[in-house]
Parts: sequence; structure tokens; C-alpha cells
Amino acid sequence: MNAADKKRLLKEMLYARRFEERCYEAYVDRKIGGFLHLYPGQEACAHGVLEAARPGEDHVITGYRDHVHAIKCGADPKEVMAELFGKETGSSKGRGGSMHIFDVKHHFYGGYALVGGPFPLAAGLAKGIKMKGGDQIAICFLGDAANNQGTFHESLNISALWKLPVLYVCENNLYGIGTRIDRSTAVTEQYKRVCGYDIPADQVDGQDIEIVYKAAQKAVKHVRSGKGPYFLELMTYRYRGHSMSDSNAYRSKDEEADWSKRDPILILKNRLIKAGEYTEAEHKKLDKKIIDEIENDVIKFAEESPEPKVEELEKYVLAENDPYVCAENVRGEQQ
Amino acid sequence: MANMMYWEAIRRAHDEEMANDPLVICMGEDIGVAGGTYKATQGLYDKYGAERVIDTPISENGYTGIGIGASFVGVRAIIEIMSVNFAWLAMDQIFNSAAKVRYMSGGQLTSPVVIRSPGGTAHQLGAQHSARMEKVFMGIAGLRVVTPSSPKQAYGLLKSAVRCNDPVFINEHELMYNMKGEVPDTEFFHPLEGSEVVRQGKDITLFGYNISVHWCLQAADILAKNHGIDAEIVDLFSLSPLDRVGIAESVSKTHHAVIVEEAEAPVGVGSEVMAIINEECFFDLDAAPVRVSSANVPQPYNHKLELAAIPNKDNVVDAVVKLLGKS
Ligand SMILES: Cc1ncc(C[n+]2csc(CCOP(=O)(O)OP(=O)(O)O)c2C)c(N)n1
Ligand SMILES: [Mg+2]
Repeated sequence: MNAADKKRLLKEMLYARRFEERCYEAYVDRKIGGFLHLYPGQEACAHGVLEAARPGEDHVITGYRDHVHAIKCGADPKEVMAELFGKETGSSKGRGGSMHIFDVKHHFYGGYALVGGPFPLAAGLAKGIKMKGGDQIAICFLGDAANNQGTFHESLNISALWKLPVLYVCENNLYGIGTRIDRSTAVTEQYKRVCGYDIPADQVDGQDIEIVYKAAQKAVKHVRSGKGPYFLELMTYRYRGHSMSDSNAYRSKDEEADWSKRDPILILKNRLIKAGEYTEAEHKKLDKKIIDEIENDVIKFAEESPEPKVEELEKYVLAENDPYVCAENVRGEQQ
Repeated sequence: MANMMYWEAIRRAHDEEMANDPLVICMGEDIGVAGGTYKATQGLYDKYGAERVIDTPISENGYTGIGIGASFVGVRAIIEIMSVNFAWLAMDQIFNSAAKVRYMSGGQLTSPVVIRSPGGTAHQLGAQHSARMEKVFMGIAGLRVVTPSSPKQAYGLLKSAVRCNDPVFINEHELMYNMKGEVPDTEFFHPLEGSEVVRQGKDITLFGYNISVHWCLQAADILAKNHGIDAEIVDLFSLSPLDRVGIAESVSKTHHAVIVEEAEAPVGVGSEVMAIINEECFFDLDAAPVRVSSANVPQPYNHKLELAAIPNKDNVVDAVVKLLGKS
């Protein structure tokens, strides 16, 4: 990773941070509704892993904390914001909302709200890739608490057995909503839980993007070479509440302060400054540029976009004009 | 009589039942230290301890099965599933174990477990967090399904569910936890079966349950004021079994019926009540019964689409006016 790459990643992470913070404001202004799960603190995870993969080509799937993963895969931030605003121009045409960003064009197969749901879906994506002979891989990003679902263990077993090209990334932020990991999980170090399936697994610092990148390179190489699944545990922390209604009452201020010192953006920024590649002034300028861009470009687009038409409530429930649903067509083909 | 919120009434029932029987426990995600997403178990962790007020991992099928297994040997578990959408994950244990064990053991074993969970459309929670599942539970032989429309029912039904020797599913609603109502100061048990006439009327029967009872009440006021229609409202707090006698009694009196449910129409409460009307009192009808229900779509996120998808009091008024041919 050269200095230019690092600067670009810093910019991407800062963009992600400001994007999410702006979502927070828009939620307070009631422009965004429903559940909103934000990503600040965890930026190095999505960016570090996907930097080592081929975003836009590799098949990515995740849970409800999904905006940043989608954008890193190539989704237009304008469309993501428009989705949060419930607009027709949104990535899911305003039907999905924050928890259900989809951008299939960029092989981002979605955000899902049921904890643990994406594990088998990721293995299924990998099965499809394998059958079609592509060299892409599937990447599944989920939280630590999700690993207590049966789907986790079922998917690990099957993907190991079938040698599926899937990388499971566990963003271990130590909590599932308000429950600390040691209160929900017998073996808190997640990579250890994978050993029983003979899947190679690694645990690294998820706050330092260079460390994440390096670990992910190794993981991606393994999976892409046809050796089967890999499990990567990234130790991280979310700076905001689980969702908007959460005040973090279950966490100590000391713990929060410790982790805020390990801010992924700060770590990379300070390293670049120390190496003489970057200055505080440049950073301030970049920050302002990003904030303006989000305001003038992204928010404006979301604000000005039209809402879905109520007459189209029943669109997208089933396939339109599918030839095989109509008796006449099907009979005709049989003759 | 105390005026309390729906969640407070549920909390009180938990508290009394746990005090009454040391084998009553409650389990669920974030119900202990955090006091529950909807505060239904607030303070109980401190009072009864971690052995009885149990924060579970996110393992719905697992912990529901554990509650059912414990019930085989005398434990009375009250399981909270944070949202009914997540109950799909526990369906195997509810459907294949709890509901069937009495029958398939020839009456040797029973599963007196209580599963509480809120369903329904709240505010833009989207397709995977807005489902109504009562129609699914209603179709399971061996499982009782109740659904409280008021704090009083929420209290009394939970109390009876804990004591009852059958598995009981309690269908709550995300938007009702802060609803206020009178609850008797003295302990009381609400029957798990039956229905309740919550408004007497002579022209038409509105069948509702849980949140839709409130749409019916609002609609009945409008119908009386603006259209001179006197609606009777029957609260179907027991969805399984449904009260065939109560349904027939009211329809035989009013000769007209509208069934109001938040769920999509297919294979729902409305279809079932219509079938009962056909079977019990078809010749007392003056017009074909009508269902008011949700559009048959996964719940959309956009607020306007969301409102268009689910029914409200105005849809009830319109359906009644149309059915009676008045305007
Ligand atoms: C099947 C299911 N059960 C429960 C929930 C409620 N819920 C949403 S997120 C969450 C915690 C998940 O924690 P984790 O997997 O660590 O991810 P994080 O939010 O920390 O990123 C819970 C319990 C859900 N959405 N789906
Ligand atoms: Mg977590």
C-alpha cells in the first residue's frame, strides 16, 4: 500500500464517517425513519477488507449496518442517502430503507435485518460463483453476536465441506445491542469458534486499516485460490449507540474513551502526518470538502428526489409478466 | 383500579407470577440487565436475579427450545421474542415441539411455556421488521394464541398463560406498549378463551383484535355521528381457538359483519371468522361479510407507501358504509 493509496483510504473513511454523521442529523430532522444503525468507529473493517478484494466484482453481503459496505462496493452515495429518505431514486427505490440497501449492479447483495440471516446466503453466493466457474469470492460481513445463531455454524460446516469461496468477516465490536459479548458468548474470541470446522481463522486489530488490509490480503488469496472458506475476526468498536434509540448506558465512559483514542481515521491520519506525507491543514481542507460535497450533492439529491407513487405499492412483489405463470403460454410451449 | 401502561401491566404480571412460583422464569434478548426492549421486564433482574431473569444470546430457536425443554420438568418459562419477525427462527421448536408434545406422547408430557412477542407495523421499520404472524400461529393445533387489546387484558392474559398447562403464544403490538388503561388493583386472571363485546350495537358487527379493536372503536364513533350506524364491536382476544359461539351470537343479532385485521388478508383472521360465520349462522346474514386488511405486500419502508399498505379507521368506516349501502 503506497502513500497515495493510504491517502485515498483516509479520504474514503472520512467520507464514510461524515456520511453517517449526516444520516444522524437527518434522522433527528425526521427525514430518515425506521431503524438506523451507524458505522462510525468501524470504518477500517469494511474499507480494509474490501481494499484487499475486488469491490464491485466480489459478491458482498451484510446485516443492517450496511451503508458503508454498499458505498465501498461502488454504490452511489446519493442513491444510498435517497434510500434512507425513502425516495424512488434510492438504491432500493425507497422500499427497503436503511437496513436494506441493495446494489446488485455492484454485486452488493444487500443488507438484511435478521441477525444471522446472511451467513447461508453468503455461502449460497459462493456456491453460485463456484458453479459458474468465476474467480470472484463471496464476502460476508457480520457482527460478533450474530455468531450465536445456528446459521453461523451450519454455514461454516457446509462451506468447509463443499470448499466454497466465501470469506466470513466478523466485525467484533464487543456488543450485541446492550449485551456485552462475555454475557452472551461462552468463547468470546470468535476466531477460536471456527477451529472445529477446520477453517483457517485470524484475529486482528480492526482499527488499523493497514493491519486489516494485510490480514484480508492473506484471507482473500486463500479463498480465491479455491481452498475453501476463511474467517477473519476484526476487533473494533462502534462509537454510537446500536441504533438511534440507544444511549449506550451499558458501556463505561472509560471504555468509550479508550476506544476513541484508537479511532481508525486518527490512526491513519497521524501515521501519514508522521511520515511527512500529509498535514493537518490538508486534512482540514479535505474534511470541509467532504462535508460540503455531502451537503450539496448527496443531501440535495435525496431531498429533491420524488417519493414512490402510492399506485405502485404492489410493484416488485412478484415478477412482472413472467411467461410461466400463465396457463396459455405454458400450454403453448408444450405443444 | 390503577391506570397503567400496557408494558407496566405486562411487567406487573411477570412480577406477580415470579413471586408466586419460584419455577417461573423469563428469558429473552436484552430482557435482564437492560430491562427489555419494551420495558416488560424492567427491574425484575435486580429483584429475582440472573438465574431467573435470563439474558439470552441471539439464538431464538435455541433458547425457545430450552424454555420448552425446561417446561417438560416443571419450569414455567415466559419467553420474550423481541419482534415477531424473529419468531420465524423459533418456529421449529414452537411448531414441532411445544405444540405437539402432549398429543404425540399420548398426554404424558405437556409444554406449559409462554411465548410473548410484538408484531405489527410500527414506524417505517421495513419489510423484515413489520410482519404480523398471528395467522401463522393460529394454524398450529396444540398451541393457544391470545392477543391483548388493553393493559387489563395484557395483564390478565399473561397471568393465565403462565398458569395454563398448554403452550400459549401472546401476540403483542409494537405500538401498544405505551397505551394506558385501567387494571384492577387486585390480582385477576383473564380467561384464555372467549371474546368480549366491547361496544353494544344493533346494525353491524365489527370484529377486531389487538390494535384493530382501537380502529373499530374510532370507526364506530364516526359511524354513529356521521352515518347514524350503530356498530357492535367484538374483541377476539383469543385467536386460537376462536370463539365460535360469540361470533355467531353477535352476527345473528346484527346480521352484518366486517372483520378488521392489520395483517394481509390471505389465510388470515378474517378468512377464518368468515368461515365460522358461514358454518354457524349463514342464514342470519343480510349481506356478505367483508374484510379490512393490509395490502398483500412485504411492508414498504417509505412512509406514504407504509400508510397505504395498512388499514386504518377510515377504511373501516368506508367498508361499513359500503356494506350497508348507506352514505
Ligand atoms: C433474528 C434476530 N434476532 C434479534 C434481532 C435484534 N437485533 C438486532 S441487531 C442485534 C445485535 C447484533 O449484534 P452483532 O451481531 O454483534 O452486530 P452489531 O450490531 O454489533 O454490528 C439484535 C439482537 C434481530 N434483528 N434478528
Ligand atoms: Mg456486535
